[in-house]
Amino acid sequence: MSLDHVRAIAGFALRESLRRRVFVVVAVLTVAFLVLYGLGAWQAFQEVDEGFGDDDLGGVEPQTVAGATFLGLAMFGTLFLGTILAVFLTLGAARGDAESGLLQPLLVRPVGRATYLVARFAGAAAICAAYVTVVFVAAAIITRVAGDWWPDRIVGPALGLAAAVALLAAVALAGSVFLASTANGIAVFMVFGAGLVAGLLGQIGEALSSDTLNTVADVSTWALPFEALYQDALAGLTADTVGFTKLAIDLGPFGGAQDAGPLLWLWVVGYLGLVCVIAARAFARRDL
Amino acid sequence: MSLALSVSALRKTYGSVTALHGVDLEVDEGELFGLLGPNGAGKSTLVKSACGLVRPTGGTVEVAGAPAGSERANRSMGYLAELFRFPEWCRADELLELHQRLAGSRGGASERSALLEEVGLADAAGRRVGAMSKGMQQRLGLAQALIGSPRLLLLDEPTSALDPAGRRLVRALLERLRERGVAVLLNSHLLSEVELVCDRVAIIAAGRVVAAGSPDDLSHAGGVEVETGAGVRVFARASRDEAPRIVAELVGAGEAVYGVRVLRSSLEDAYLEAVEGT
Repeated sequence: MSLDHVRAIAGFALRESLRRRVFVVVAVLTVAFLVLYGLGAWQAFQEVDEGFGDDDLGGVEPQTVAGATFLGLAMFGTLFLGTILAVFLTLGAARGDAESGLLQPLLVRPVGRATYLVARFAGAAAICAAYVTVVFVAAAIITRVAGDWWPDRIVGPALGLAAAVALLAAVALAGSVFLASTANGIAVFMVFGAGLVAGLLGQIGEALSSDTLNTVADVSTWALPFEALYQDALAGLTADTVGFTKLAIDLGPFGGAQDAGPLLWLWVVGYLGLVCVIAARAFARRDL
Repeated sequence: MSLALSVSALRKTYGSVTALHGVDLEVDEGELFGLLGPNGAGKSTLVKSACGLVRPTGGTVEVAGAPAGSERANRSMGYLAELFRFPEWCRADELLELHQRLAGSRGGASERSALLEEVGLADAAGRRVGAMSKGMQQRLGLAQALIGSPRLLLLDEPTSALDPAGRRLVRALLERLRERGVAVLLNSHLLSEVELVCDRVAIIAAGRVVAAGSPDDLSHAGGVEVETGAGVRVFARASRDEAPRIVAELVGAGEAVYGVRVLRSSLEDAYLEAVEGT
């Protein structure tokens, strides 16, 4: 596998995104998202200040609850936008581009098909990872400015989000080997949705102390590790928070998140490898 | 002379459909080889097998002695697909630059401008693909296929979008390539074009080679036409060697002879004969 080939193809894909103004659209939407988020966060912290002030809430810190909940919401929005970007950068990379005649001129060069997939993955993963990192850090800074609250961890959750969108890019790229562009886009968003449902089931299971729901959520989350990464990142926001404040956050829509531990990262690497091997083998056999 | 392309007992099936039934074909270095056949005959499958884009069900395909699809084979060939597309946002020069990097060509800017010149796009280096006509895109495709000075060029309907001037330009280019020793496998529906430039031709129908040879070999005697004072007379079964005797007999019989033409069947006749026989 030639690194120069990987760089050439990944760079070309990046230039395509820039020239086709994908990034302009994404940038406009992201700025709109961050402005709305900033307004919402500022308003929420104002309400918290006015509503609770210095009241004793039995050990619950309302600023922390509001901050963690709001940044959790921003994290979900960031993951969603990052997923859209990942899907649009990869959904037609194999079969879609072959059907339109874009792929053949590239693959008759001394470029292995696996090299092509790796290059497309590297390009998409780098863009999406950088994107979610920037948006997440921006949201954290906005939260700090609006409500003087900063998460317990920032690097870990940012890495988790970045890895989650990279995984989704890999899944979408693998899907592009088997499915036409539209079908692949729909399938990946359904997989993404399934992961979110699994996460919600886990939260409900925690609240109800239901072993069955927890088991279903655990299995689904590990089968779709981008969700486990998101949950892990979410848990990192309040990693050092304890007591009733933590309990209050857990009861909210972005609470109840599980710290998956170091095994998660091992599993992510293995999962990524598995997806890549399946995609490369199937692509090698496909007639173009 | 070594072979630029060697196809042996090539078979390809798509599910229950057999596209190629054991095709044998050899293209020498510096040879212009025409591939003719009706739609669905298996021509594109054959070309794609040579490029490594389609995996043969059986048989072997070698490009310059290396298995088709291998890195060595791909370094030796250039390819222009029948249905190709280049990204519309991309400029001609940067498209060629990408292909130079992928092909490992060190030709740099001079190679790119020479190729654009060769296909009549010298002024279009900075033009976006989306702003080019279909014919210009096809010529850009030819330039792209020539990156890295390939030994074998596989062209699948390379002139389908070209006007007569563009076709003449491509014919001249093919002649120059032959002089440089580049082998060309030309898949085309334009029989007149194939007849004009190709050294040898294979006619494929229903996945089989049904006729092969030089255009002259494939076309055959079609009689002698004599223009006399009484009008044009055609001796349909006569060969070229019989023309003097026919003229002598007519003159002896008192007819005035104004012209004689030896008729040959065209490649088109040979093609239709071969294809209709399958």
